[in-house]
Amino acid sequence: MSEQEKVKVVLRRQEWEVEPGMTAKQLLQHLGLNPQSYLVTVNGELVSEDTRLQPGDFVRLVAVISGGRG
Amino acid sequence: MKCRKCREKAVINMRQHKLALCKPHYLEWFVEQTERFIKKYKMFTRDERVLVAVSGGKDSLALWDVLLKLGYQADGFYLRLGIDGGIRYSDESYEKIKTFVAEHPGTQLHVVDAKEMYGESIPEVAQRSRRGRGKPCSVCGLIKRHEMNRIAHDLGYPVLATGHNLDDEAAVLFSNTLHWQVGYLARQYPVLPEGNGFARKVKPFCRFYERETAAYALLAGIDYMYEECPYSEGANTIYYKELLNKLEAERPGAKLHFYLSFLRAKDKEGLFANWEEKKVELHACERCGQPTSAPGLCAFCRLWPEDVLNKPSEAFVPLTLIGGLKTEPSEENATTS
Ligand code: SF4
Ligand SMILES: [Zn+2]
Ligand SMILES: [Zn+2]
Repeated sequence: MSEQEKVKVVLRRQEWEVEPGMTAKQLLQHLGLNPQSYLVTVNGELVSEDTRLQPGDFVRLVAVISGGRG
Repeated sequence: MKCRKCREKAVINMRQHKLALCKPHYLEWFVEQTERFIKKYKMFTRDERVLVAVSGGKDSLALWDVLLKLGYQADGFYLRLGIDGGIRYSDESYEKIKTFVAEHPGTQLHVVDAKEMYGESIPEVAQRSRRGRGKPCSVCGLIKRHEMNRIAHDLGYPVLATGHNLDDEAAVLFSNTLHWQVGYLARQYPVLPEGNGFARKVKPFCRFYERETAAYALLAGIDYMYEECPYSEGANTIYYKELLNKLEAERPGAKLHFYLSFLRAKDKEGLFANWEEKKVELHACERCGQPTSAPGLCAFCRLWPEDVLNKPSEAFVPLTLIGGLKTEPSEENATTS
């Protein structure tokens, strides 16, 4: 058996690999990101913060804060 | 986490409302809430034409989308800034907006191209003018405000809508409180009445958190400009928003309470009601007619050289795109020609 598949995480031009099993909220905390400032999508779908990440999931984080509007 | 309405899997949890919703119920809730805010603050009616200032970002495109879904007469205004920053910021933003327009038959987009009309992009004017000083935001804001007012006036829109969300409003409120900017605090409100030839200004999203407008844009399938303007980096607004989100993470609802209790203090307790604007006599700008504090030309008109100011008025008519009409030849035409 091969090693358990990891979860791939991307945010803009940054990428991480994490172990499956944690929730979306725990993932953000683990990366030092404020859960209020990011949305989590798993395999293209928006998920709530208690969603548990499964082996092989592809997670894209969406920063929600924008600024400098004139 | 389950949707409060149907018990299906929730896609978002709004802790400040103790409300979790699934995708279809969230989309429905978001649109209904917008209608509620429009009515509550008496922003506009279905008989009034609304001009939505769009940047290509999530808030403004989501706002335009929701207003059209609600059956309002909403058209768009876009100012092409000519900002590249290595990410083709303006070009990409414009592409997103054009895609949106193409998907919404009957809607209109009025486009002002700074470079084409005035001869210089925003970074170029900023470079040249005293107001710019390396950071184009001040010039950019001035030009956006002026052109928005001009187009609304010239094309007969009594209402100007912007996509400001609660995080924007709370950040401004925080900053204005930190510096006790009484004049700004006295004016901050979801609606600014018309007057002096200016359209009424409204912010229908002022009670949504920024993560909610982002969630709506994602769930509604709106392809928005995700990259930030390269000049926004390190902006104070972002700093204050992050600060408020730290507070929000520990005390759910703190942000909402901060903004709503400010509005309540104004509405119910007359906060700033007796604030008298220092009476600055307003003059009409000699060239454009927009009000200005000093006689002569307004700050906007003072930005430009003589030859630009003397162009015939037709040169300043915006380009209008009509939704649902193909702007490029279809593949069929291309192959048969
Ligand atoms: S960040 Fe500055 S330059 Fe960029 S769009 Fe906003 S106001 Fe204009
Ligand atoms: Zn539901
Ligand atoms: Zn003027």
